[in-house]
Amino acid sequence: MPIQYYIYLALALFSIGVIGVLVRKNAIIVFMCIELMLNAVNLLLVAFSKMHHGVAFAADKTSTAGIDGQLFVFFIMVVAAAEVSVGLAIIVMLYRNTHSVDVNFLNRLKN
Amino acid sequence: MSKLVYLIPLFPLIGFLINGLGRKSLSKSAIGVIGSGAILASFVTSLVLFFEVKNHGAIPVQQLFTFIDVQTLKIAFAFQVDQLSSLFLLIITGIGFLIHLYSTAYMHEEEPQHFGRYFAYLNLFVFSMLLLVLGANYVIMFIGWEGVGLCSYLLIGYWFKNDNYNYAAKKAFVMNRIGDLGFLLAVFWLIVRLGTVNYADVFAAANHLSSFDITAITILLFVGAMGKSAQIPLYTWLPDAMAGPTPVSALIHAATMVTAGIYMIARSNVLYSMSHVTMNLVAIIGLVTALFAATIAIKQNDIKKVLAYSTVSQLGYMFLGLGVGAYTGSVFHVMTHAFFKALLFLGAGSVIHAMHHEQDIRNMGGLKKKLPITHITFLIGCIAISGIPPFSGFFSKDEILAAAYAHSPIYWGVGVATAGLTAFYMFRLYATTFLGTFRGTHDQEHHLHESPSAMTIPLIVLAALSVLGGLIGVPEILGGHHELHHFLSPVLTTEQHHEIEHGTEFMLMGISVALAAIAIAVAILRYSKKPEMADATGFGKVLANKWYVDELYDAIVVKPLNAMAVFFKNIIEKSGIDGVVNGVGKFVSYGSRQMRLLQSGQVNAYVLMMVLAMVVMLLIWLQEGFIVKTFVKLFN
Amino acid sequence: MDTTQILFWFLSGLALVSALMVLLSKNPIHSILWLILVFFAISGHYVLLNAQFLAIVNLIVYAGAIMVLFLFVVMLMNLSKEKEDQKNVWMKLSGIIAGGCFLISTCNVIFNAQSTSKELVGKVALLKEGNIGLIGPLGKALFSDYVVPFEISSVLFLSAMVGAVVIGKKD
Repeated sequence: MPIQYYIYLALALFSIGVIGVLVRKNAIIVFMCIELMLNAVNLLLVAFSKMHHGVAFAADKTSTAGIDGQLFVFFIMVVAAAEVSVGLAIIVMLYRNTHSVDVNFLNRLKN
Repeated sequence: MSKLVYLIPLFPLIGFLINGLGRKSLSKSAIGVIGSGAILASFVTSLVLFFEVKNHGAIPVQQLFTFIDVQTLKIAFAFQVDQLSSLFLLIITGIGFLIHLYSTAYMHEEEPQHFGRYFAYLNLFVFSMLLLVLGANYVIMFIGWEGVGLCSYLLIGYWFKNDNYNYAAKKAFVMNRIGDLGFLLAVFWLIVRLGTVNYADVFAAANHLSSFDITAITILLFVGAMGKSAQIPLYTWLPDAMAGPTPVSALIHAATMVTAGIYMIARSNVLYSMSHVTMNLVAIIGLVTALFAATIAIKQNDIKKVLAYSTVSQLGYMFLGLGVGAYTGSVFHVMTHAFFKALLFLGAGSVIHAMHHEQDIRNMGGLKKKLPITHITFLIGCIAISGIPPFSGFFSKDEILAAAYAHSPIYWGVGVATAGLTAFYMFRLYATTFLGTFRGTHDQEHHLHESPSAMTIPLIVLAALSVLGGLIGVPEILGGHHELHHFLSPVLTTEQHHEIEHGTEFMLMGISVALAAIAIAVAILRYSKKPEMADATGFGKVLANKWYVDELYDAIVVKPLNAMAVFFKNIIEKSGIDGVVNGVGKFVSYGSRQMRLLQSGQVNAYVLMMVLAMVVMLLIWLQEGFIVKTFVKLFN
Repeated sequence: MDTTQILFWFLSGLALVSALMVLLSKNPIHSILWLILVFFAISGHYVLLNAQFLAIVNLIVYAGAIMVLFLFVVMLMNLSKEKEDQKNVWMKLSGIIAGGCFLISTCNVIFNAQSTSKELVGKVALLKEGNIGLIGPLGKALFSDYVVPFEISSVLFLSAMVGAVVIGKKD
């Protein structure tokens, strides 16, 4: 597939994630949209890694060019997992204190 | 020898600085000595220079430095000592010294630092007046002109704790300033037309000016003289200026500052003689002022106010003399008037001092026994001002009247009538104050005593000068040589020599002397036994209220100006300018309040801003070329 | 159109529709379910690109662990019953517009460049072939070139665990 299609797809998913962060007011849904963004990026990285591999593969069938992209995706997933656990712990604390997960309640940074 | 010129104003300036800066640490006697000594030194130097000028003619112009140097306009700080200025120098420093001496005794009740302030201001005044007469061009004269106006303000408001005195000082200064505007405009006109303000250059180039220029310049200069020398309509400050100490009134408002206008016109006689319109204007205003002030004086009850109106009236005489071309006569009258008016003021001061600051003549009377020296000298002054020969006033006044007759008999008639009035009110003053019985309180009667010698010596000296001063100007028909006339002729080149028959001239003299004698007799008879104690009624009331001129000025000028000032303050200043300035501040704080709302603490808002910023940055980064091209097209 | 292309379009459409449904669902649990569907679609893309390891890991970690965690939290807080208050319409609108602008501007970049930039012309993501996505080569690379980040990530997990526990304590 021409690489542009993957780029468009990833951009679309990413911007849907951005809109989700801006529009939704439930903290958990916001968090989920962040995960969606991360996944869009992962997809694009893998597509690029295959793009580079394709160029090298045509020349040499045993090359491993482009493996960095996929390893990077791996680490992104690692980080996302850690982040989710900590983030959800925070949300639970928030719920315990205010009995709501409304993002608009978190305005202690006001003024 | 000619370098001595710098010393003349230098001594008073040093005196001013020492007394002014050291007034808190010097003793009263030290201050008095420094102040009077400075003027005495100037007097001695002036005397030396006077003889130099008398024997060898005018001293060349001494230039100190170039004061203003702009493109083609060069105005030098230069002194010119010729016959006219050397005469004035003598008058200023001589009488100035006597008054300084007098002040050491008159002001002895003041505290040292106020005493020092007084002498500092007096010295500064003499310095400014010397600059005025020594200047070799109109700009230096103007510096002195302004300086004496300033010192007049400072000295009138000397007792600054009294609000009324401060108003009087302010009035004097403001009216002076109005005149100064005319003076300045004349100077500017001269610069535009001739490119120079030096006396020598201006008078030499005077015929290059069109007659309109000459008339305008001379009238504008005369406006300045009107303010400084208290002619109609700018005269009302002089009576109010009596709020200052009496020696100040003697020096500034009798002998020197008010004569600055006369000096200026005498100096510019070349210009004035070229414009008949101005000469007529000067003569008429002088005449009207003389008569007007004399009528007011006959109903005044404050000893100093009578003398103030007398000064205004005599100044009117001097302007009359200038207006008919008798420049020498006017300068002569300046000199004699300085003598006897200073004498009269100092005498009045002596009376006030003895009466413990009582100034209403209705509370005086019979003082001739208790204050003998003051009495005799005051009487001499009164006779001199009334124009009785052989006292000095007769010669100078008569010269002016003769010149007025040569010009127009009507001028002479009004002048003689005013002379009669002068004699009348002066002797009314004399009789009410010194003759009859004492009408004051018992307390005052006990304290009556003659003044100390520091006050009586100047009185005696001035009395002698009043008697003998006329001898330098005895006209030919009475057997004299009129030395003053010969002395001043190199400067007063355009003097108009009147040709009157000897017979007519004798008759004129006789009429004026007779009129004066009759007025004196009437006054003494009327006022020596029973002075008028009640307030005036009818026409007398109008005179006593000074023809309501002050009220008129108040309504026409002061009230509208105040209203305009209130308008400016409330509408333009408060709403307009303050509104704009405060508005900027209010706008900034409003803007910052609105900006503060951005910090809502809402995460959503922050993320939104992040995204928007990203979008904008993307756009700018990617479409850079397009954006630059659009801006170039817009602004070219 | 061969099968790869059909699969590609189908999976793309599925991903996009599911993502939109994540946004638009009122019930949080529905949103989570739609997100899981998105992950499935993306894993399908990975398989198409022959990145098999990542496909499985994506499913296990993301769809399996992370989403389940989300589900637990939502159920713990009984959010399915809550009604979401009406948010400020302007904020929603401006959010949509901002996101839309972002999408449009970035797509515009690619659109302008796709026929002229040498980076994009003729570049193809290799489908179905290539063995870098297989677990063998991937593992080799991970444990030889990237062993340091690998170890550090274990430390990361440790700290995340500790942090989660500390934050969640009842004190």
